[in-house]
Amino acid sequence: MQVTLKIQRYNPEKDKAPWWGEYKIEAEPTDRLLDALNYVKWHLDGTLTYRRSCAHGICGSDAMQINGANRLACKVLLRNLGQVITVEPLRGYKVIKDLLVDMDAFLARYRSMKPFLITHSPQPEKERLQSPEDRERFDDTTKCILCGCCTSGCPSFWANGEYVGPAAIVNAHRFLFDSRDEGTVERIELLNTVDGVWRCRTIFNCVEACPREINVTRAIGEVKKAILMQKV
Amino acid sequence: MVQRYDAVIVGAGGAGLMAALQLAGHANVAVLSKLYPTRSHTGTAQGGIGAALGNEGEDHWEWHMFDTIKGGDYLVDQDAAEILCREAVETVYDLEHWGLPFSRTPEGKIAQRPFGGHTKEYGKSPVRRACYAADRTGHMILQTCYQQCIKNQVHFYDEYHVLDLLVSDGRCAGVVAICLATGEIHTFHAKAVIFAAGGCGRMFRVTSNAHSLTGDGMAVVLRNGVPIEDMEFFQFHPTGIYKMGILLSEAARGEGAILRNKDGERFMERYAPSLLDLAPRDLTSRAMYREIREGRGIGGKNYLHLDMTHLGAEVLDKKLPDITEFVRTYLGIDPRTEPVPIQPTAHYAMGGIPTDLDGRVIMDERNTPMPGLYAAGEVACVSVHGANRLGTNSLVDILVFGRRSGRHAARFVQESDWAPLPPNPDEWASGQINRLRNSIGQERAVDIRDVLQDEMMEKASVFRDAASLTAMSEKLKELRQRFANVKVEDKGTRYNTELLEAVELENLLDLAEVLVEGALVRQESRGAHFREDFPTRDDANWLKHTLAYRGEKGVTFRYKPVTITKFQPQERKY
Repeated sequence: MQVTLKIQRYNPEKDKAPWWGEYKIEAEPTDRLLDALNYVKWHLDGTLTYRRSCAHGICGSDAMQINGANRLACKVLLRNLGQVITVEPLRGYKVIKDLLVDMDAFLARYRSMKPFLITHSPQPEKERLQSPEDRERFDDTTKCILCGCCTSGCPSFWANGEYVGPAAIVNAHRFLFDSRDEGTVERIELLNTVDGVWRCRTIFNCVEACPREINVTRAIGEVKKAILMQKV
Repeated sequence: MVQRYDAVIVGAGGAGLMAALQLAGHANVAVLSKLYPTRSHTGTAQGGIGAALGNEGEDHWEWHMFDTIKGGDYLVDQDAAEILCREAVETVYDLEHWGLPFSRTPEGKIAQRPFGGHTKEYGKSPVRRACYAADRTGHMILQTCYQQCIKNQVHFYDEYHVLDLLVSDGRCAGVVAICLATGEIHTFHAKAVIFAAGGCGRMFRVTSNAHSLTGDGMAVVLRNGVPIEDMEFFQFHPTGIYKMGILLSEAARGEGAILRNKDGERFMERYAPSLLDLAPRDLTSRAMYREIREGRGIGGKNYLHLDMTHLGAEVLDKKLPDITEFVRTYLGIDPRTEPVPIQPTAHYAMGGIPTDLDGRVIMDERNTPMPGLYAAGEVACVSVHGANRLGTNSLVDILVFGRRSGRHAARFVQESDWAPLPPNPDEWASGQINRLRNSIGQERAVDIRDVLQDEMMEKASVFRDAASLTAMSEKLKELRQRFANVKVEDKGTRYNTELLEAVELENLLDLAEVLVEGALVRQESRGAHFREDFPTRDDANWLKHTLAYRGEKGVTFRYKPVTITKFQPQERKY
C-alpha cells in the first residue's frame, strides 16, 4: 500500500518554526508506524529524529501523537491508520528535535514519588509472603513503561504543568497498594497535595492513551479514596 | 570536557544497575546509558529468572548447575556455573525484598514454572525453576533495580553513547562518550569501568533484539586490544514472531504450548523424546530449520506454528498476557483460537568480553586481568552459558555477575589511584565523529546494514559450513570498504541519531567479522554453533574457549581451557 506521512519537523538549531514534512512511501499494511518512520529516516531524510529501541511496545521510547492520539509508533500498524498519517511530538513537553521531546521533568516527577518499596520491619531470610489476591490488587499498575502517553494526554496537565500527572500517580499506586509496603503515610503525604492527586478531574484521556491498557483513572480513584479513608 | 569518578558503569540494564547498587554510597559512581535506564533491553525479558528455590517441587542448585553445563554443551566454565546457580537463590530473595512483584503460589511464595532445559535429578524430567512475574519478569527486574538506584541516589548520565575505552600503561583509565543531546564529547576519567552494555543481535535480520543492541561495549574494548571470547556461539530463540522476530517467551511452552509443522505434527517428539518442546533452544531451533528445509514449514514457507489454543483463556490472560497481546497486535490473530506463525529469531550472544569470576576483564588464556576494567551481562563472557544459554539464565547472569563485578570494583577503587589519562584522551572518539559527520561519501548506512543482516541470516545463523562462512567473510570485507564511503546527511550536533546509527553499524561490522572468523576456524558442532561439514562435537580438539583479537592483520585467535569441576563432558541428549 502507499501511505503519506505528514510529520511535524522542527530542529531549533536551524528552523525558526515547526513545519510539515510530507513523505510518500510504499509499505506493507502490517508494518508498524515505526517501520515507516525508519524507512523515511533511512532512505529519504537522515535528519528525521525520534527515539526508539525495542520496537514492540515494552521500552516506552517512541510515544508520539499519531493521527492526533498518543500512541507508541511500534505498537500501531499502518493498516489501522489510513492513507494519510499525521505524526506529531507528544503534547505538553518541549520539542527538542522533530518527534523527540524533553522528558526530564516527566521522569523527575516519577522519581519524586518514592517509587521504591519502603519497609521498616526486618527482612525474612526467604521471600515475604503475599497472597495471589494481594498481588492482584496492584497488578495493573506494575505494567507502566513510563512512555508519557497518559500525562501528555491529560487536560489537567496541559492546564497546569506543575501537576505530577497520571504516570507518577500510577507508580505511586503500585507501591501504595502493595501489601508488603510500609510507606503508606509518607506516600499519602506526597499525593495529598494541590499538585498531587487532586488535580485529576477524571477525564479518562489517560486510559484511552495508555499503550499498556492500564486503567489509569481507576488507579487514581483508588488513591483518592485511600487518602480520604486514610488507609489502603 | 573531563569528568572524574571512582567508577563509571556503561549501560543501565540489569547488570549495570546491579553493579551500581554495590558502588553507591561507597564510591563516587556514574552510570552512562545510551537510553533512559528503564528503556534498556533487560525490560523485554519475559518468562522468568531461574533459581532453585524449590517452591513448586523439589529442586537444588546442583541440578540447576548441571542443566546449565549440559545446556551449554560442556563449554561452560563450571566454577562460574556453580556461582551462578548458588547465588541465583539469594539474588531472587534480594529482588523480592526490594519489592519485585513476583507472581505467587497459593501459599504466597514466589511462583515458579518449567523452562527449556531445566530439569530435576540431572535430566530426568522438567522442573519448576523459573521465578516469574507474569510474562514481564525482565520489565519488573529492570524497574525494581532502577527504583533501588533512585532510592540510593545513583548518578546517571542518560543518553550518553560510549565511543572509546581509555587505557594507559595497561590499566583502564576511563571511557569517552558522546552526549546525544548536545553532541559534546565527554571524557570520563575513572579508576574502574564496568561495561554492561548488552548484546549485538542487530547484526541479524530477524532478531528479538532492540534497535539499540549493536554491540557497542564489545566493539569499543575490542578496538583497544581486549579479546572477545566465544563469539561464534550465537543463540537463535525458537519462537520469534514470523518475519518480525518479536520474542514469544519459552514460558508459553513452559505452560504447555506445542510446536507444530504443516501436518500439525508435534515434531519435537522426533528430536527430543524426553523434553519435547522444552528442549534447549539450540536443539529446538535446529529442529525447526530442518522441518522447514524438508518442506514441512507452514504452506511450504519458512515458518512453523506455536500452538497455544489448548491453554485456555485463564492461562493466557494471567500468565502470558503480554505475548497474547503481541500476537493480537502484530499478527491480528487470537492465540486462543489460532496457532501462531513463528520462526527462530537471533536472540543472545553467548560470547563477549572475557572475565573472571569477579567480572574482571582478562586479556589472555592465562587470565591476566586489565586492572580497573570489568564487564558483566550479555556484553561479557564469564562463561556461564558455554555454547548455548538456557532460558532464564541471562537474568541470573546479569544480576549475579553484575553484583560481583560491582563489589569487586568497590574494593578496587578504595585501594587504587587513577591511572593517568592518555594525552588527548578524546582524540580517537572525536576523530571518529568528525570523520562520519564530515563524510562526503555516497553510501547509505541502511544499504550496508541490510546486506549485513540478510547475509548473516543466510550464511552464519543456525546452520553454517566452510563455504557459507567463507562467503560471509568476503562479504564483510566488501561491506567494510563500502562503509568507508558512508554518508551522514545530518550535520547537526543535537540528537544526531543518524550519526549514531553509523557508529553502531561500524560496531556491528567489527563483531560480525569476529563471529564469522571464529565460526570458520572452529571445525566442530557444539551448542548453537552447528557446522554441517563438521556435524559432531569434537572434545579432543575443541573443548576450549576462543579468544579473538582484532588488529591490523584482521582477526587472530588464542584458546583458553574450559574449567571442569563436577561434571565430565558426556554426549548431550534430551
